[in-house]
Amino acid sequence: MSRTAAPRALTLRGYAISLWGVVWREGLRFVHQRGRFLSALVRPLVWLFIFAAGFRATLGVSIIPPYETYVLYEVYIAPGLIAMIQLFNGLQSSLSMVYDREVGAMRILLVSPYPRWHLLVAKLLAGVAVSLLQVYAFLLVAWFWEVRPDSSWGYLTVLPALVLSGLMLGAMGLAMSSLFKQLENFASVMNFVIFPMFFASSALYPLWRVQQSSVLLYDICRFNPFTHAVELIRFALYGQVEWTSLAVVAGFAAASLIAAVIAYDPSAGLTARRGGPGGAR
Amino acid sequence: MRIPPARPRALPARLLAAGLGLTALTGFAGPASAEKIFVSNERDHTVTVIDGASLKPIETIKTGRRPRGITASPDGKLIYVCVSDDNRVEVYDAATYALVRTLPSGPDPELFVLHPSGNPLYIANEDDNMVTIVDTATGQKTAEIPVGVEPEGMGISPDGKILVNTSETTNMAHFISTDTNEIVENVLVDSRPRVAEFRPDNKHVWVSAEVGGTVSVIDPKSHQVVKRLTFEIPGVTAEAIQPVGIRITRDNKTAYVALGPANRVAVVDTETFAIRKYLLVGQRVWQLAFSPDESRLYTTNGNSNDISIIDVAAEKVTKSVTTGRSPWGAVSVP
Repeated sequence: MSRTAAPRALTLRGYAISLWGVVWREGLRFVHQRGRFLSALVRPLVWLFIFAAGFRATLGVSIIPPYETYVLYEVYIAPGLIAMIQLFNGLQSSLSMVYDREVGAMRILLVSPYPRWHLLVAKLLAGVAVSLLQVYAFLLVAWFWEVRPDSSWGYLTVLPALVLSGLMLGAMGLAMSSLFKQLENFASVMNFVIFPMFFASSALYPLWRVQQSSVLLYDICRFNPFTHAVELIRFALYGQVEWTSLAVVAGFAAASLIAAVIAYDPSAGLTARRGGPGGAR
Repeated sequence: MRIPPARPRALPARLLAAGLGLTALTGFAGPASAEKIFVSNERDHTVTVIDGASLKPIETIKTGRRPRGITASPDGKLIYVCVSDDNRVEVYDAATYALVRTLPSGPDPELFVLHPSGNPLYIANEDDNMVTIVDTATGQKTAEIPVGVEPEGMGISPDGKILVNTSETTNMAHFISTDTNEIVENVLVDSRPRVAEFRPDNKHVWVSAEVGGTVSVIDPKSHQVVKRLTFEIPGVTAEAIQPVGIRITRDNKTAYVALGPANRVAVVDTETFAIRKYLLVGQRVWQLAFSPDESRLYTTNGNSNDISIIDVAAEKVTKSVTTGRSPWGAVSVP
């Protein structure tokens, strides 16, 4: 045993332990908040059962990739609803950062010797893991409603897309959460972010339909990263890769994470200007 | 900071690998035969030929005006097309797509049925209330049978002894003996009967009523309606449910009914008459045709200008393929 080997091994293991600790805490929080799980499940199901049922006759008139034949509106909006679950979850777990900061739980986390970026990534992965549980629970209910991918392989091929879109939406939430000091602020911004992102995307209607009514809105939709998360999931459910969306989602995820790390960096970030970590007021 | 970029880089490979696995899997499921699908395009005055393996159009045959009813000779070598506005039947070679000859048909032929032996051809003349019989060997008209107003649907029993013609305005299914060429019985069905289809075991004949929205299942021996099928689709108005094309599997177990502007094909159990499923296809689904091995069912979708392909075993729509304008009928040959 050399002198340097021991601390390095300890460090790697330590990284894993601290990562697991954050994931476990997030998982516990999720399990204990049954209301959150229920609302995460009910929200997309309301869209699926009520909204989509009302519109099933109006859409489904044109075939767009990855679909090879006509699909019911329920089938069309399922990827959008999956992305919505992840959007809500990403922002909700970031919201918990604001909450942690307010009640002081974050201080305990921040005394950890591990770098700040590691804690942020751990937090992010924890959020993604929770979102995957929610998404698969939704897919299970949707299966009984006969909203299913073409082949059962779709449940497997969608997984990498879900991880990536979860990372993107979670990182976006983290970056945004650094800007807010108080819970109330953040809650109102959630509405300003979630609704425009969700409605100005391909989640509810195909983009060619948006283009028919407004070219400006069509362009907004095309530049909306949420659209690309939806399309990435849509194609992955059918065992296909939408390369443009993949690039956009990966790029936006990386950019958001970098922004979050900078923002949360005590020496350089916004938190420093605000008077230090923990939001000491 | 190193973790997130590393993940996206690993992702495409994983996705791609999974995707390739899927493609390989579906590739195995496709039939190996050199099947061809012929689709009559009512408004384009053409017949689209689609390759059964690639499901891509490979040829467009120019026909006379307004091709509608389409069928194939029992050996699959000849394709018969009713060319309604030119008042004749055109016969095409299924391999070379050349026009072999034309047959007389009487005015405005819409639908026809070939005797199971391949001769003669029974043609419904929509405009003059007749069924015209044409000998396919000599190309001569041999007889005319007066029927109800606006005859359309034509079905023949598997033994070739009974012909059923439906008249759209009289709302009747006329049972005609092919020995005497005389009507033996008229059965009243619902409004605007379109298609008559026998079960392969001759137990029942199914007659669809477009405006009535029903399918009457008739016992060909007693001429009694044993069941009147109705359809209900959540989210679709009753007026949009207009049954037209009917096909029944060779094992007599399952019937498929095209429901017109409801854009659905009903999958019906022929014993219990329970509707198992409604399959979403293109707009205004009109006629149906099985592939020669019955692994697929093709639907012509008149308003969306395509055909939908149904996987018969899985009872699932797998693909839709663009044709000419207003595809009306289809037939598939090996």
